[in-house]
Amino acid sequence: MSSRRIFARPARFAAIAPYVWMVLFFLVPFGFVLKISLSQTAIAQPPYEPVFDLAAGWGAIKAAFAALSLDNFRLLASDDIYLFAYERSLAVAVTATVLLLLIGYPIAYGMARLPKRWQAVAMVLVIVPFWTSFLIRIYAWINILQHDGLLNRILLALHLVSQPVVWLSTDSAMYIGIVYSYLPFMILPLYATLAKMEPMLEEAASDLGAPRWQVFWLVTFPLSLPGVGAGVLLCFIPIVGEFVIPDLLAGSNSLMIGQTLWLEFFTNKDWPVASAAAIVLLVVLLLPLLLYERLQKRQLEQGR
Amino acid sequence: MAEELPGTDVAADAAGADPHPAAGQPLLRIEGVAKTFGTFRAVDGVSLDIKAGEFFALLGPSGCGKTTLLRMLAGFEAPDEGRILLGGKDIAQALPHERPINMMFQNYALFPHLSVRDNIAFGLKRAGMARAEIASRVAEMVALVKLEGLEKRKPDQLSGGQRQRVALARALARRPRLLLLDEPLAALDKKLRESTQDELMELQRRLGMTFIIVTHDQEEAMTMASRIGVMKAGKLAQVASPRELYEAPRSRWIAEFVGDINLFDGESKLRDGHRLIIGTRDAGALVVAEPREPVGAGKFSVAIRPEKVKLSRRGPVSEAGHEMAINRLDGVIADICYLGGTTTYKVKLDTGGMMQASVANSARLDVDAYSLNQHVVAWFTPDDCVVLPS
Repeated sequence: MSSRRIFARPARFAAIAPYVWMVLFFLVPFGFVLKISLSQTAIAQPPYEPVFDLAAGWGAIKAAFAALSLDNFRLLASDDIYLFAYERSLAVAVTATVLLLLIGYPIAYGMARLPKRWQAVAMVLVIVPFWTSFLIRIYAWINILQHDGLLNRILLALHLVSQPVVWLSTDSAMYIGIVYSYLPFMILPLYATLAKMEPMLEEAASDLGAPRWQVFWLVTFPLSLPGVGAGVLLCFIPIVGEFVIPDLLAGSNSLMIGQTLWLEFFTNKDWPVASAAAIVLLVVLLLPLLLYERLQKRQLEQGR
Repeated sequence: MAEELPGTDVAADAAGADPHPAAGQPLLRIEGVAKTFGTFRAVDGVSLDIKAGEFFALLGPSGCGKTTLLRMLAGFEAPDEGRILLGGKDIAQALPHERPINMMFQNYALFPHLSVRDNIAFGLKRAGMARAEIASRVAEMVALVKLEGLEKRKPDQLSGGQRQRVALARALARRPRLLLLDEPLAALDKKLRESTQDELMELQRRLGMTFIIVTHDQEEAMTMASRIGVMKAGKLAQVASPRELYEAPRSRWIAEFVGDINLFDGESKLRDGHRLIIGTRDAGALVVAEPREPVGAGKFSVAIRPEKVKLSRRGPVSEAGHEMAINRLDGVIADICYLGGTTTYKVKLDTGGMMQASVANSARLDVDAYSLNQHVVAWFTPDDCVVLPS
């Protein structure tokens, strides 16, 4: 039995490690943000009150608790600016995710059908942009999309347009930036499910009388749904909270929630409202995650 | 003859095919078909006729091209040369979904996201069959393969044997003119394999359908098929009935590939009526029956199946003047392999060679058994020998 004990301790540690991680780096910070979202702004350091002071005794802590309120959430609900920012964030994320799926799926499908040797090469090509800093790549897009940038010069040279097109500070530029940046996150999970799919299944479908599009629609696509789900989540969730790409490439007339958060936090120094906005965003993002979880569970139960 | 299930004709018509090709015309004619992958000639000029209602087996070691040939029949590969005629129509370039041919895949290739019922109905829906008709056909197929009560299960909730049945039902549901079976029993254990062999044969007879099975298992091919095509390196080495293949193999390679065999290399020495005497290095002079196609002088192998070799303590008595009627070889038992129904003895011949003899254990007690190092006479008739070109 002694050998068992030797193995038991690291094994137990490995089992609780993810929970320790979650508590330290998610739950505790989340608690801070939640508390700040229930506080009021103050011209002080930190810029909100009440501040819990454990040394001040039980009475002071009770008073601090009593001072917490939902005012910031009421403000979020009453001011159209926030509602509009959430709406726009979701709309942008949905549009971008659909674009990513439409562009990423054929690429992943093509990769999975390549000879094994070329699949590895294609994989490297998908990952290679990560070797350059994300910010530098976005600045590169500014360069490409500006008035006398590469894109306009090509379009002019090909006589597709007669004068330079305004790209920068438009939604088109933002979507180009988002799709470009998130494409690997869509391709990789799709590729993983498509590559491990039995090619015999597609042959069986065509043997049973299905033309190519039906083979895809009735067999390939339904079987790749786990990959579609993973890719959609991996893109949709960060895009909702995206800050850098819309800030650098899109116009300033309509803000996404990430930009609104930034404004509240750094420009208005209103930590409590920014925190409340962040909490609402988290709840909004948890919904698709829970939905996906339930769908997967149902699939598993059906499978068993 | 085959007793047809009611409705077979209707369905074959629905599949857009004439169920009764002109008399004498084969259902399937393969003409000089070849397929090259890179520099590897997987199928190298195969020609073959298959009659309607046949149970045909393509037998060969892995890599011999039998699966490639089957895939060309299904339409997954297009032949580089040759024609494939189904009922007189060239289908070599037709796409898989355009052919009235269905395939049962190795490992079954069942759709994991569909229930048993939807798997079986898949091909019927593609054919645009009416809902009610699909339901009744699926029920008929489920009953045919004895899967009642499992219609709503997903493939991963089934045992290996049940999955095999679903695959069979799915392939049969469209009532194809030709059913291709790619190693259909390879994933089953031995007992299940044997009972499934019987069921497949019974089904084929009852439906009167044409089956082509690909297998590397010669026993499986022998048991089920009415005709076997042995493939080697992309070519058809011999096409024959199981019996002919076993008793009259056309080459040394086939003789060794199909069943066990004793082979003795030698040269023909003299001819005496219908008897040929071949001097072998390891077994001395052997008297053999002259092959159907007369052979000249030269090098030959004499082949004798182990069960044709009799053992006895003393040699059989032959009448004076008929010494040529029997081959007798003296030796000692070198190895004994008891297999239950039979025992295989390895006899070290006094002439230097080794000979295998398979003896039926016809008595329960071992009074007839030989023991190690016992002196025995191995004997066999000239008609039991096959002469093969070396």
